[in-house]
Amino acid sequence: MGERLSIKTERDEQQLFNSRAIVAGLIVLIALCGIGTRLYFLQVKEHDTYTELSKQNYQKHIPRPPTRGQIYDRNGVKLADNHAQYILEVVWDSVPDQNDDGRKRWDDMQMMLERLNKIVPLSEKDLRIFGQQVNRHSRYQPTPLKENLTEQEMAMFAVNKSRFPGVNLERRMQRFYPLGTVASHVIGYVGRIDDRDLERLDKNNYAGTSHIGKVGVEAAHEDRLHGQAGYDLDEVDAHGRGQDMIERKEAVGGQDLILGLDINLQLKAEALLKGERGAVVAIDPRNGEVLAMASVPTFDPNLFVDGISSKIYTELRDDPDRPLYNRALQGAYPPGSTVKPMNTMAGLYEKVIWPGKTVYDPGFFQIPGHKHRYRCWKKSGHGGVSMDYAIAQSCDTFFYDMAYRMGVDKFSGYMSLFGFGKKTGVDLTSESDGLMPTPEWKQRRYKQVWYPGDTVNIGIGQGYWLATPIQLAHATASVAMRGKRIRPHVLRAFRTAKDRPEQILEPEVIAQIPARDKRHWEMVVQGMVHVVHASYGTAKRVGIGAPYTIAGKTGTAQVFGIAQNARYDASRLAKRLHDHALFVGFAPADNPQIAVSVIVENGGGGSSTAAPIARKVMDAYLLKKYDDETPVEETGEVEPADIVPRVEGADE
Amino acid sequence: MISGLLPASLLKMLQRVDLVMLAALSLLMFMGLVTLYSASDAEMTMVYRQGIHFALGLVLILLFSQVEGKTLRQFAIWLYGIGVVLLILVLMVGVIKKGAQRWLYVGIDIQPAEMMKLAVPMMVAYYFSEKPLPPRFLDIIIALILVAVPMVLIMKQPDLGTALLIALSGLFVIYLAGMSWWLIGGSLAAIAIAAPLMFNYGMHEYQRQRILTLFDPETDLLGTGYHIYQSKIAIGSGGVYGKGWLHGDQSHLDFLPERHTDFIFAVFGEEFGFLGNLLLIGLYVFIIWRGLYIASKGADTFSRLLAGSLSLTFFIYLVVNTGMVSGVLPVVGIPLPLVSYGGTSVVTLMSAFGIIMGMKKRKRNYQTDE
Repeated sequence: MGERLSIKTERDEQQLFNSRAIVAGLIVLIALCGIGTRLYFLQVKEHDTYTELSKQNYQKHIPRPPTRGQIYDRNGVKLADNHAQYILEVVWDSVPDQNDDGRKRWDDMQMMLERLNKIVPLSEKDLRIFGQQVNRHSRYQPTPLKENLTEQEMAMFAVNKSRFPGVNLERRMQRFYPLGTVASHVIGYVGRIDDRDLERLDKNNYAGTSHIGKVGVEAAHEDRLHGQAGYDLDEVDAHGRGQDMIERKEAVGGQDLILGLDINLQLKAEALLKGERGAVVAIDPRNGEVLAMASVPTFDPNLFVDGISSKIYTELRDDPDRPLYNRALQGAYPPGSTVKPMNTMAGLYEKVIWPGKTVYDPGFFQIPGHKHRYRCWKKSGHGGVSMDYAIAQSCDTFFYDMAYRMGVDKFSGYMSLFGFGKKTGVDLTSESDGLMPTPEWKQRRYKQVWYPGDTVNIGIGQGYWLATPIQLAHATASVAMRGKRIRPHVLRAFRTAKDRPEQILEPEVIAQIPARDKRHWEMVVQGMVHVVHASYGTAKRVGIGAPYTIAGKTGTAQVFGIAQNARYDASRLAKRLHDHALFVGFAPADNPQIAVSVIVENGGGGSSTAAPIARKVMDAYLLKKYDDETPVEETGEVEPADIVPRVEGADE
Repeated sequence: MISGLLPASLLKMLQRVDLVMLAALSLLMFMGLVTLYSASDAEMTMVYRQGIHFALGLVLILLFSQVEGKTLRQFAIWLYGIGVVLLILVLMVGVIKKGAQRWLYVGIDIQPAEMMKLAVPMMVAYYFSEKPLPPRFLDIIIALILVAVPMVLIMKQPDLGTALLIALSGLFVIYLAGMSWWLIGGSLAAIAIAAPLMFNYGMHEYQRQRILTLFDPETDLLGTGYHIYQSKIAIGSGGVYGKGWLHGDQSHLDFLPERHTDFIFAVFGEEFGFLGNLLLIGLYVFIIWRGLYIASKGADTFSRLLAGSLSLTFFIYLVVNTGMVSGVLPVVGIPLPLVSYGGTSVVTLMSAFGIIMGMKKRKRNYQTDE
């Protein structure tokens, strides 16, 4: 090659390279601008999203469940309490390598559990539940292994604790009902949170809480009792290991509830019903506070707290006496003659009767043009019957006639004003509506027209009419208050903390039942007083010796032909066909302090079975006469000496 | 003053070092150590060791910068030939780690592919330095074969990242040699057609998975997608100004995998933010441009092609790594140059910079020659 050519080539190649290098340099710039754009997108535009994701990564809320509020009766007797229970928890990551293979795995866990089993017996159920849960938890988080350790098990574990790293003894709170079966339908119980609860509850507020109110006050006032959950906001690493606490929000304990219930009265009522199936509801008519609500037979709510065994549950559920069933709220019975005072108010309002009007009772009533005889309980008849006498003697003919002439629309309409056919709205769960029948209802339910005879039947509280004991007590209280309806309520007061004052709930006036003349109330009350205190009263025996005036009304409801509670036991069939015995009343008649409804299923006559129970309940409340029942003495204001510990699981 | 303290020979050697580039590299290494210190939770162990790697690297720069193009090109064939033989040996008797056969045991484990990162561009540059430029079609074909042989051997190991870097380093030489734009365009079109076929038949399942995961990382949050997901969170949560040095939650709480090595860019991005990233990338751009500038001042064709190719390869490291960590390119094991922890890559990269510096035309020599 010649030198000139070489130099020319050299220069060309230099130029060629330079142009290529410049293009390459531009490509570098463009490509890195691309990366820069990507970073701009991540770090500037989407920054907030990634910050949130980053927080989700490393921030973890450790729930601090609130202490469930306690429940007291009106005198401070504790009805629901929190007791400490001890449980064993395992943190898998802290369980050491057992077989020295250098790795911590499931077989190490099993070897540890086998050794532990010799110290603290572990049931198969414990192990099964633990096996399921441990895989769902982080290895650095505790998983419960065994609950409810006995003192002996605790002691055995404490002595051997050093041999079991990773296994911890933890204290948790469990709900406890000190009085057992007493008032269990009212207090209710808590149970483990199930899928249905999860659907409706606020998951944040229940994080770390395992139990929730299922029935009774525990369920109805869950919001007050539960409190407000707190949390520790912890910084965790990628393995779920806690690093630092970022923030702590203390839990706010639930409210303590003070019920209107007088537990001694409750005990008395339950004792009076002992051996029977029935209910007693006592209300303070002046403010609607439920003083007693007994439903017998009853059950022990403590059984439900820790998960009731299916055997015991089946027994309770299939018991023909239905102990789980709250008769006072859920039991719908024909009210029978107990509603005659209210019927009288309806007749007066609709002007089909008036003071001074008499009806002739030949022992039966006939719809004009019909042959069928609707019999009075007194076959010979009462002869000429006044309004007062009709109530005191419970003359059926008088009320047949009155209802017939009023017609079902007016009759049912006025009775609805007393709350029949609707929930009273008492602050408890699963209240029944009862039934105040109307032609529309019958058409809907049976696809049949309403016969005039149906009206005649409901005139004496029979036929399709069904009422719950709380409805009867509420209606009676409304009569006692001369038409002022106050919503019955179980919760009397609450306090947000032990050292905070009790706040008493204002009674809620539902309505004033209209009357043509205010004196009509006095007339009807007078009739009810005569039921108990007049020589011609159907319940004159229970009025004997009473130092106060009772206004009452007996009732006897025919069971025959009414298909409810249809779980018959052959041996009890005869008894189950007996009439239900009922009584409603209030006292003192001129200054009402207690209104009572009593029903004894298949108890026979209202005057013989139900009325004496009502009298004893009134005596107990008004005269503090509890007979042989030992009153429970305790004041809730003075707390037991033991300090209530920080609650781990609210009520476990 | 200082020059008086140094032996004359060392002073002479230092004159061959490009001080502008050295300053930029030193700043980069400093940023690397600072980030590494944070990535290792304020532990000095790794920082010390990386410091030793850097010291060794600086010595290599000093040594390689002394070597002229015309000297180096004599070794090209030998290096390339030995490299290919070693790569074949790797496939036959190599050490297997983590499912890949990349190492040869000769007292210590060595990785012949690393050497090929230098040998391949040297070989191709050498080939073209013998030919008139722009290259003829046949020369391009031969050059492509020279590139393909080691590339295929390395892909077999398998090591997709290294194979890619080596292939590109060879292709850059061909490009810089002046391969016609028409051919480049045609080849790119052919690749666009071949790529889907390659994806379906030429890849390992895990490589395919990595690419698939890239397009929808959230589908595989427990596997490959987790890396990308967490590094995107780290970078994104860094914001404009970053969370501050030592304050990256993502890295310090272990959410970021491979945070000392391939994903260290996410640590940097989380703690120094968008502005820090711009600064870092700007520094890289400067180094690449300086490399291309030195290349254009090369003594001869071989020097220019080699220095240019090595500079552009450095750029590929950067783009592939940052693209991978920020979730726009597949996860291939390529470190962030001089920031990611690792002795091997530091040694290779610093050797490359030494070589680049050595390729510069020597004024004094030139004058005496004439």
